[in-house]
Formats: sequence, structure tokens, C-alpha cells
Amino acid sequence: MDLFELVNFYVVPGIVLGSIYALGAVGITLIFAILRYAHLAHGDLATLGAFIALAAVTGMGVSPYVALPIAVLGTAAVAVGIDKVFYEHLRERPKIVTVMASLGIALMIRAVVQVVWGVDTQTYSRGIVRPEDYFGIRIRDREIYTLLAMVVLVGVLQLFLTRSKWGKAMRAMSDNPNLALLSGIDNKKVVMLTWVIAGGLCAASGFFLGINTELKAMMGWHMLLPMFAAAILGGVGRVEGAVLGGLIVGIAEELSVLVIPSEYKAAMAFAILLFMLLVRPTGLLKGKVL
Amino acid sequence: MEFVGLVNYALFMAIFICIYALLALGLNIQWGFAGLFNAGIAGFFAVGAYTSAIISTAPADGRIGGFDLHFVIGWIGAMLAAGLVAWPIGKICLRFRSDYLAIATIGIAEIIRLVIKSEPVLTNGARGISNIPRPAGDLGYMESQIAYLIIVLAVLIVAYVVVERQFNAPWGRMMRAIRDDEDAARAMGKNVEFRRLEAFIFGAALMGLGGAMFAHFNRSITPEAIDPMVATFLIWIMLILGGSGNNRGAILGAAVVWIIWSVSEIATDRLPHEYAVQAKYLRLFLIGLMLQLVLRFRPEGLLPEPLRGDQRSTKSGADRH
Repeated sequence: MDLFELVNFYVVPGIVLGSIYALGAVGITLIFAILRYAHLAHGDLATLGAFIALAAVTGMGVSPYVALPIAVLGTAAVAVGIDKVFYEHLRERPKIVTVMASLGIALMIRAVVQVVWGVDTQTYSRGIVRPEDYFGIRIRDREIYTLLAMVVLVGVLQLFLTRSKWGKAMRAMSDNPNLALLSGIDNKKVVMLTWVIAGGLCAASGFFLGINTELKAMMGWHMLLPMFAAAILGGVGRVEGAVLGGLIVGIAEELSVLVIPSEYKAAMAFAILLFMLLVRPTGLLKGKVL
Repeated sequence: MEFVGLVNYALFMAIFICIYALLALGLNIQWGFAGLFNAGIAGFFAVGAYTSAIISTAPADGRIGGFDLHFVIGWIGAMLAAGLVAWPIGKICLRFRSDYLAIATIGIAEIIRLVIKSEPVLTNGARGISNIPRPAGDLGYMESQIAYLIIVLAVLIVAYVVVERQFNAPWGRMMRAIRDDEDAARAMGKNVEFRRLEAFIFGAALMGLGGAMFAHFNRSITPEAIDPMVATFLIWIMLILGGSGNNRGAILGAAVVWIIWSVSEIATDRLPHEYAVQAKYLRLFLIGLMLQLVLRFRPEGLLPEPLRGDQRSTKSGADRH
């Protein structure tokens, strides 16, 4: 196998998949660090985002990329709503209770998707897109858009977190919640912002998975493990870590086909997760361990 | 005829309630006693089911076994295998907060599902393993069901007595101490990680046994026999609704939730075909909503954890970090 084949068949799909994981992992890492629990409904929230975009595409006949902002806003609103209705009153209880509630939410979101959109696989647009050839490396347009969107979204988020007042408040809550509350940070606003960001990124993640593969009700649930592996690999609470982790997990999954049977591709994320917990639970970029 | 059908259905339900009660008891050891979040119950269930199937079926071509051994050996094997799967996961994850265990158990359930689907040598692939002997299965239909119910009930009673004794024994008090205040328990010289590992493995072993009893009752086990997410979630809602930390609550919850679940299935099956599929998912939505409502309005469940005197007042303040 020559280098081009390796890049075309394994590295490029790996980077695309990794970008999709990264978008979800950023949300997971923020929720883990700021709200301090593992949000198990994250994958299914991504599914919902992907299907909201599908509704916009089929309902209004717009192109998928126009539907993306609609999905992002819609899913962010749903995420805030779920927090208000189901998670908010559990805040004083042990955090693990919220983890349990989120498992139930995952089931509920998936059930809604299955009732509204059915259980068959769907796509945003029909037909086969041929990849363009860039000096021997074959890339499809949508693959470039996926990577670009991830870089832009995470870049904007990083700017927001480091430069703006509310971004700094979020980081303060993540570093030391008691001190942050004492210094007058409005916890409710920080929580809401976290959900807006996590929900929006989640929808983007689901959307790009949908546009690069296909839409089905279980698509998000199967992303949950890689997304958590990415968040922990990068270091909980570290946005750039989540991106790095996502890319590593994505590429590792694609490359794993070379050494282990392809049926076990999904096991790669799990292996990475356990390995990190075993040797370096703080992750590559020294995040938190809850 | 109608009456016989009803009795048969009641027996069928009772056997399932016993099996689910055993699973809920296993989860109660993990969650109720030790505060460990296992989101991969279906994985341990499947390990138990397949292990017992391999041990007790007649030799077959193209897969390992069967070894044609007595079903009791199969059930013991199922418990050992499920415990053995739980061991490394617990070993790695129990040093951290239970969130990590939740993620890892989702992972292990997924891996077990992959192995079952893609290792025909072990599990006979999609066709699954059939002709699993049912204890007292050569009697007539109803007699055989009654006999199996007695066996399952006996196992459940033994498990209940053992777990209940442990709850009141020093071990149970220590587990609850670790659950409610890890640091204090550690300061008193308890080996927190090891004790949690014990609880995790014991619970997993009971789940494996539940899986084995399911496989022997159905006389077969296939990858599609249970929906992993639904099964895991049903057992969670059984324990939470019944009352986590209370063994009788776990059994009561299993009965209540299983009856609601089955009756709603009968109701949705009567719907015209075009709504039947949607109604199936609506049920899932409602069971998820039920968990949210219980967590919100009755977090202690129908039968709360028995606490003595002034401990009750401090419980709500106990926040595990």
C-alpha cells in the first residue's frame, strides 16, 4: 500500500470523523468541567440536531448548509429547555443522579426522533459525490467543509472563552465554582450559556455525521463513546484538548481497520478511554479528574 | 381454554418478574449499596446468557461447546463469567467518580454486543444458540412453566436472603458509609476501591445469573433477544421506582414496572399497524419520562432505604463528590 492510498482511505476519513467527534467532545468537556457530570444524552442530542436539519431541508427545500444554522439554534434551544425542565432541580443532589436523568433523556430524545422521523436511514441529498483530486489526495467538498466548520466553530468558541466576560465567567466556574460564585458570577447564566454552546456544537456534530454518512436514529448513541474518549483523552475541561482527542480517536478508529477486524472499529474508542484512565486520567493536556 | 391461557400468561409474567427482580437486586448491590452507576447491565446479562448456553447445550458444529453439562454448572459459570468481565472494568474505573464507570460500562456493553455479533465460533452469530435445556422442560407446557417458576423463585429468595443479610451486616453498613462519605470511610481505614470492586463484581454476577435464567427459560439466546438500551433502562427504572437501597423495593419495582411495560405492550399491539411502530417508541418515551418524574417527585422510591433514627435527616445533605 502506498502513501496516497493510506492517506486517501484512512487518514482523510479519519480526520473527517475526528472533526465530527471533536465538535461533540467540546460540548462534553464543557459540561463535564462546568456542570460537573457526564452528560449521557449528548449523542442523542446530536441525532436530534441532524434530524432538525433534515426537517429544514425537506420542509423548506433549502440546501443542507443553510439548514445547519437552523439545526444549531434549534438544538441549543432544546438543550436549554431540557436543562430547565429536567436537570435544574437535580442540581443540589449528588451529580450522579443527573447522569442517570441524562440516560433517561437520551432514551426520550431517541424515541422522539423515531416517532417523528421513523426508523429508516435517510440522507440530506441523493446521489454520489465524487471526490476532487488534489495532487493525488482525493477529498470531497463536504469533507473540507466539515474540517473547516470544526476549526471555525472551535476557534470562535476559544476566542469567546478567553476574551469575553461571559467566557471568562465560564472558565472561572470550571476552575473553582465556589470562588466564582463568591465573586458574583451568575450561575444560572453560565449554565444556560454552557447548554447553548454544547447544544449548538452537538447539532453541528450530528449534522456533519449525517452529511458525510447517513441519518439514522442510533447515529448519535454510537458517537457517545468516541466523544467521551476524545474528551478524556484531551483532558476534561480543555477545549483544544477535546479537538486533539477527537482527531486522534477518529484517525485511530479508521487506522485500526488495518490491524484488527473492521467489526471492532468501534472498540478503538473504548480501548483509548480505558488506556487513558489507566495511565493518565488527566488527559494529554492536563485536564480535570472528577 | 381462556382460563388456561390466562394462567399460562400469569406464569410467564411471574417468571419474567423473578428474572428482572434478580437483575434489579444485582443493580441494588451496585447502586443502592455502593453508589456505582452501571449503564451496561445488558452486557453482563448477555455474558451470563451465552456462557450458560455454551456450558449446558449439547455439542454442536462450528462453535465452541456445548459441553452438555448440568444447568446448575451453567448458571454458576454465568455468574463467574459476568464477574470476570466486571473485574478489569471496575479495577480501572472505580478509582474515579462514578461518571467514569457509567461511560465505561456503556462501552463494555457495546463491546460485548460487537463480540456476540461477530464471533460465530463463540455465539453462533445471528442465529444464536438454541436448544438450551430448560430445567424440568420435558414436562407438559403448564407444568414445565410452574416448575421453572419454582426454580427461579427459589433462586430469587436465596439471592434476596443473602443480599438482605449483607445489607444489615457490617459489610453493608461499610458499603453505605463509603457511598455516602468516601473520605470519612477512607479515614477509618476502609479500602474504598477494593470494597467498590467487590460490590461491582457481586452485582455483575447476579446480572449474569439473570441472563442465564432468561436464556434457559427461552430455550435459546440470539443477539436480538433483548434490546440492550431498553433492558438496561428498564432495570434502572425498576430499582429507582422501587427504592434504591431497599431489596424489597427492588423486587417490588421489578414487578410494578414489568407489569406496566407488558400491559402497555398488549395495548399498543392492538393498534392498527401504521401506529404500532410509533406506539412502541412512545412507550420508550414514557418510560424515560417516568424516570424523570420519579427522580423529581419521589427520589427515594416506593419503599425507601431503611435508615435508623436521626440518619434520615442527614441523608439529603450527603453529597458525594
